[in-house]
Amino acid sequence: MKRRVLTLRLRSVQTLSLLLVLLAACARVDLDPALPVYETGVDPSAWARVPAGPFYHGQEAELEEIPYDYEIMVTPVTVAQYVDFLNAALADGSVRIEGDYAVAFYPGDPFHGKKHELEIGPGNYLLVPLADPSSRFTFDGQTFAVKPGWENHPMTNVSWFGAWAYCGYYGWRLPTELEWEKAARGSEDARAYPWGDEITRQHANFYASRDPFEDMTSYGSLTTPVGFYNGKVYDGFQTVNAASPYGLYDMAGNVWQWVGDVHFQEGFSDRLMHGGSRNTYDMDLRVWVRNSAPPMYYGPAVGFRCAKIDR
Amino acid sequence: MPFLKSRFQYLFGTTKGLILVAIAMIALVTALFGMLSGPMAEMGVREIIVRALRMDLQPAEREGRIIILYHSIAMAVVAIEVYMITGLLGMREFYKKAVRVLITVGYLLAMIFGLLFAYWGHEWVFHGLYITGLALIFFAGVLLTIALWPWDKAYFQPDPVYARTKGGVDLERAAFFTTALTTVISSIFGAVPGSYFGNGFEVFLAENIIRLPEKTTMEYSVIGHLHIMLALIAIMITLIVGRWLNFRGRLHKIAMPLMILGCIVLNLGVWGVVTPLEPIAHMIIYVGATPSMLAALLLLIWSWGELIRTGTAHLTKPTFLQKLAALVRDPLKFGPTWQMLFMNFTTSGIGIFMAVRLDEIFRLWPAREERIELTGHWHALSAIIATIILMYYGDIIGLKGKIRQIYGWAIIFLSDLALGAVTVFEMKRLFIGEAEQQPLVNALMYMIDFGLGLLLVLLAIVMVWRLTDLFKPKGRWTEEATHELAEEVSK
Repeated sequence: MKRRVLTLRLRSVQTLSLLLVLLAACARVDLDPALPVYETGVDPSAWARVPAGPFYHGQEAELEEIPYDYEIMVTPVTVAQYVDFLNAALADGSVRIEGDYAVAFYPGDPFHGKKHELEIGPGNYLLVPLADPSSRFTFDGQTFAVKPGWENHPMTNVSWFGAWAYCGYYGWRLPTELEWEKAARGSEDARAYPWGDEITRQHANFYASRDPFEDMTSYGSLTTPVGFYNGKVYDGFQTVNAASPYGLYDMAGNVWQWVGDVHFQEGFSDRLMHGGSRNTYDMDLRVWVRNSAPPMYYGPAVGFRCAKIDR
Repeated sequence: MPFLKSRFQYLFGTTKGLILVAIAMIALVTALFGMLSGPMAEMGVREIIVRALRMDLQPAEREGRIIILYHSIAMAVVAIEVYMITGLLGMREFYKKAVRVLITVGYLLAMIFGLLFAYWGHEWVFHGLYITGLALIFFAGVLLTIALWPWDKAYFQPDPVYARTKGGVDLERAAFFTTALTTVISSIFGAVPGSYFGNGFEVFLAENIIRLPEKTTMEYSVIGHLHIMLALIAIMITLIVGRWLNFRGRLHKIAMPLMILGCIVLNLGVWGVVTPLEPIAHMIIYVGATPSMLAALLLLIWSWGELIRTGTAHLTKPTFLQKLAALVRDPLKFGPTWQMLFMNFTTSGIGIFMAVRLDEIFRLWPAREERIELTGHWHALSAIIATIILMYYGDIIGLKGKIRQIYGWAIIFLSDLALGAVTVFEMKRLFIGEAEQQPLVNALMYMIDFGLGLLLVLLAIVMVWRLTDLFKPKGRWTEEATHELAEEVSK
């Protein structure tokens, strides 16, 4: 009898545990939690110059040459910067509202008719969704505004078209994959991360990196303000100065970054992303790691930065 | 000295001893290297292990390390299957001994020196010994194929309840032979590009990522090699389970030709990826996979029927519940085929799902999500094969009564919980967005960690028990040394 009671209790505990786990899985996530606001001191409107010359490319560190100087943004484009663009472009008609999306014209890609190739002809394409609760901006039908506290966080939920339109609007462009990698890695060695070959939780925002913008029991890992990992201490959280050799921040972690290459393989319709994100393990933060998605894809861990060439 | 000699003779001279050593090696490697990724990395255990063991982990070499780690484990699994085959099927004593010596030395060399090379700096002598180990395993495979030659009259099948040709050729042996032969050939599809890429330390994901239209012949070869080797290990374990359970009768006669046909066509399809047949290779693979999976289904139907029949033999008119109770009364006999059925949810189901929802997946999902799904499903298949091996092992070491029930059901429950959660994790993007996923991910991770963690604890308990048993003069090991697997096949 005693044994039976014990078995029943054990079963009840097991069932209860399973139920609790399942209930926890169904918990609603606060997509806009109250978070600390930090000024990192890094200017998101700053640019870094990358000189012409060779650098080590890819995991196998093959020597590649970029025969021109170029400039690239020191940080990813912030929510505040993107909202300014949306308001300006909406006012002058470069951006339009279609249903739940802000759209803009894209002239299309060459089409090769390869199996599974996506045909992207001239037309209006999605830049950002307007009704996604995980976006860090609002739209009241007339004006875009930043949700308070997210001004200096990287712009997310932006498609490749959205990134392309932003850079193009100001006469810039998205960096190519090679430009992005050289800016992240420098030209001296074949380091895996912008700061070297070691990674700790103080270097970058990645999955379970325990920064102040992370609560793995509810909303998970969120973005950190751009330039957050600059050696400062934020409420006791010590960071390492994780700038790249050319002084760029957030080239590893925080948000995946769209790069500009179209058809890096004939018939490949995706666009490439680099840098890993707040939601991936440290292995994805290595400078050569590629991710990709169709150009209309947007996600809460995808952003971008721009480049320009002085000719 | 006699103490050591008798134990050494048991561990390296008997089928059950050899299987025990290989399982222990896999358990050690899994426990140690499992601490370098996933939740252990998140908790900071990885850093402690790396420092304590003075590992040298260069970020650029991560994929290369994992390739060697997976080969180390896979070689030990292949060795276990070879021990089982040589213990279950008749063959000349010379072949049996030679195959076992070659594969044992081979997998131990590959595992020990491969891991030393990969995780503790690059001592090229170790790399050479790793390659030597792989080469010895290849030669063991060649010898095993010769030993299994089905047209040897000494091994013709005299009993009409088993699948055989009119001339008496044992079709089950022919199926083992076909699988062994195609495994040896398919290994070349990894060896050649492995040498090509390894020479320059190049790596890439061995998955046929559809959104990447251009792949070289060498890349196709590696992709094909990974998939066919795992499929062949799965086919071989299905044949081994069939022999262990003494699969026979009408369904056996249908299943064995299907298994041979499926295996050949499947291989031709995979080998075709490096030929101009590449555009239709997938179609050939589907055509080959169908009879193989049908043969496994026939084994399942037969074995479940046998379990029900023997379990209700004392009843005149058994009810449905009585039949069900008879089916599940022995988890070690029910478990292997149940796991094969469950595999359809974690692996085949995912494959079909990927094919059906192809447009949604690669038109909308980022490549990383596709990668999680692709790599996840064959990790799940590998784990399922491991659980089937553990269930057969539980039977051959003579687990009885409550211990047998606990051991068997724990393997089934824990692995299915973990692998079911892995499968949901792979497919989560279908029903939840990235921003809202964390509670679900947490719950799934708890299930995965709980299932796999306790499974490893169970395995550790068994290993400790077996270790202590070796110190007893009349331990279980003395009894195991006297029985060959073929004598213990179900009646």
